[in-house]
Amino acid sequence: MTTDVIMAGFGGQGILMIGNLLSIAAMEEGRHVTYFPAYGVEMRGGTANCTVVLSDEEIGSPVVGRPRACVVMNGPSLDRYLPAIREGGDLVINRSLVDPAKVGRKDLRLLAIPANDIAREVVGSQQLASMVALGAYVQRTGAVRMQTLFDCLPKVISKKYEKFIPLNVNALKEGESFARNHA
Amino acid sequence: MNVAARVEQRVFMKGNEAICVGAIAAGCRFYYGYPITPQNDIPEYMSAHLPTIGGTFLQAESEVATINFILGTSASGKRVMTSSSGPGISLMQEGLSYMAGSELPAVVVNISRSGPGLGGIAPSQGDYFQAVKCGGHGGYRMPVLAPHSVQEMYSLAMLAFDLADKYRNPAMILGDAIVGQMKEPFTQTPYVPTVSQEKPWALTGCAGRPRQHVKSLYLKDNAIEVHNWKLHRKYLKMQEEEVRYEDYHLDGAKIAVVAFGTAARVSKTAIQWARREGIAAGMLRPITLFPFPGAQLEEIAKRVDVLLVIEMNTGQMLEDVKASTTFHDKIRFLGKPCAMPTPEEIHGELRKLAGRGR
Amino acid sequence: MTDRGKDRFTKKVYARPKSLVDVKSHFCPGCHHGIAHRILAETIDHFGLREQTVGVACVGCAVFLYDYIDVDVAEAPHGRAPAVATGVKRAQPDKFVFTYQGDGDLAAIGTSEVIHAANRGENITVLFVNNTTYGMTGGQMAPTTMLGQKTSTSPYGRDFRKDGYPIKMAELLATLEGTAYSARVATSTPAQIRKAKEAVKKAFEMQIKEMGFSIVEFLSTCPTNWGMKPLDAQKRVLGEMSEYFPLGVYKERKQADFL
Ligand SMILES: Cc1ncc(C[n+]2csc(CCOP(=O)(O)OP(=O)(O)O)c2C)c(N)n1
Ligand code: SF4
Repeated sequence: MTTDVIMAGFGGQGILMIGNLLSIAAMEEGRHVTYFPAYGVEMRGGTANCTVVLSDEEIGSPVVGRPRACVVMNGPSLDRYLPAIREGGDLVINRSLVDPAKVGRKDLRLLAIPANDIAREVVGSQQLASMVALGAYVQRTGAVRMQTLFDCLPKVISKKYEKFIPLNVNALKEGESFARNHA
Repeated sequence: MNVAARVEQRVFMKGNEAICVGAIAAGCRFYYGYPITPQNDIPEYMSAHLPTIGGTFLQAESEVATINFILGTSASGKRVMTSSSGPGISLMQEGLSYMAGSELPAVVVNISRSGPGLGGIAPSQGDYFQAVKCGGHGGYRMPVLAPHSVQEMYSLAMLAFDLADKYRNPAMILGDAIVGQMKEPFTQTPYVPTVSQEKPWALTGCAGRPRQHVKSLYLKDNAIEVHNWKLHRKYLKMQEEEVRYEDYHLDGAKIAVVAFGTAARVSKTAIQWARREGIAAGMLRPITLFPFPGAQLEEIAKRVDVLLVIEMNTGQMLEDVKASTTFHDKIRFLGKPCAMPTPEEIHGELRKLAGRGR
Repeated sequence: MTDRGKDRFTKKVYARPKSLVDVKSHFCPGCHHGIAHRILAETIDHFGLREQTVGVACVGCAVFLYDYIDVDVAEAPHGRAPAVATGVKRAQPDKFVFTYQGDGDLAAIGTSEVIHAANRGENITVLFVNNTTYGMTGGQMAPTTMLGQKTSTSPYGRDFRKDGYPIKMAELLATLEGTAYSARVATSTPAQIRKAKEAVKKAFEMQIKEMGFSIVEFLSTCPTNWGMKPLDAQKRVLGEMSEYFPLGVYKERKQADFL
């Protein structure tokens, strides 16, 4: 199986971190994976995005023109990636910052999750909105196992912030259960 | 297959960082450079790691200064590396020519971007000519290695140091933003030296021996001519001994893609798709761009119906392909200057060449 | 809303200078490049030079100068703007010629070009933006990086034993005979901005009166690569940066000395 996803939002939302986490989890599950971040001047003006490709066979291109899925954390990213998503693909949007009415396309499997609100009110830290969204994406697509994500958290969170790992687990779980309840 | 064991050894890293890990494994303890996108991960990694293992990282005020720092450390007999991109590599050309003339080893990494001029930071293979034909003055050559995965960024970095020392010559790694910026798992195979690192020619002070020089100026009689023929023999030896390439499903292939680096990487997906449809496609992927696998190419040209050259430029390696074979009527070209071809595009091209409709 | 209240909101206190193109800039929030651009545009307007000006853009975050300033602009290779400006000015002495350069551009790779342009008394004006880092490439150490400052290539902090000291370009260039005007300004308070504008005017005047090379160094911010909020970045300029890089006029040639 091959799948791919573009994740996009503001710098500082933790986009690259969830991309890394997903990739490392796939690696731990023994699969091929590539991760490609936006770089250089693309980062000016405060945007961030990355592309992750997961596969059981050797991966060719790490860059994807027409992604099978997108995780969109802010408004400008929706404008940019909405037209690119493949017919029938998965779209997870952060409803706290992105207006679902703007999606328009009827062919997509849309999940509008209030990631900021869940992160702030349920998990207890707005910083974790992207983690919530990742939990939802993984529940929706089965890209990797949830447990692998939990297990890999120590590999993307530095020693200094180790104590926040349980909070991150909660964020992933909240995203997961929201997605399950809105299937 | 023992998945667990294989998984154990894999590390997940950026291509640019894997180069650093390979260089350090090969004993490189000196790195100099100047910031430029898309290779900044290399100086950033080196600035964090070299000081912790007794190495030296120094940021120069320009690439002109950088390559001359490199010249000095190389003349001192140490393994040393720099990295840059398009405009910075251009500024190093004078120094590279001096180093080739003075027979000094070093590894120079070009994570190339699109040009000419300031161009852009999109991935590109527009520096093929500059790298392979050597952009500095006077006529010299250097081994040029073209990684297409993070694994190769690591292993070819080690190889580059050995080639540089073996031939007392700069060696170049030619990558681009895709292989530089992408992360993927790779296995940290141990470094096994293939050359002696003894450098009796190094300038270490003449205690106990006559003084010696590192230089490229030869004024007397026909000394420069003699020197040129000596260098030439070295380049011939590279061509005899150092050709490296990957044969990707060439057995029985009727269409042979010829591509290197990122273009080859993307082609693999397209070839997988085409083969599933029964199209006999394969690929010759030069790993060394100099020396170019010309003899292998000619061999394949005899067997196949089509040679499809794919490059992220308007046709540079294409000239080396043409120079390697007389079957010019079999050659087709797909060029994407300053952009990565998509697997879909290449697949479409393969279908067309195989006589299948779109 | 009362009429008085409404008035307060409709009274025009600021208008976009004519030479400043009406587009959204790519600069990060809290970056002072935009302020320097505006001062530049205002001064061009003040002297009515828009149609006689040729600008030279550097390589750095200010590379898109041509998108923002409504004048002819040439792009120079990294660090070479003063050399390109020399070429323009020698070919067209009647044009107003300026460069706009970052600290990596002017104080590292382009040191040679700026020193020799100044030393020749090249009749050009240089706007030099010092944010103690390489902004465009992601916050690496610059020659102006403060001692102890952590950047992406000085992860342990800049150490003078290894990387030397932050270079003071305004002072250094003031020592050259060819330099007519050299000043350092900041743009972190309204008062500073007014002073900066005066300095840029002076620098322009030097060129207009053919008195030689003029340079204004701006102490600027890079919140993105400093990892600071815009307000904290302002405080850094007002604090440690202006302590090490004192504001002031380091050289001002009088017509009389010149003749
Ligand atoms: C020869 C060469 N080397 C390196 C670069 C990459 N580069 C682009 S901008 C820049 C430095 C930018 O820093 P600065 O001049 O301080 O300006 P800022 O972006 O901070 O405004 C560098 C090194 C280049 N374009 N050309
Ligand atoms: S990176 Fe720094 S200098 Fe560049 S626009 Fe952003 S804040 Fe300004």
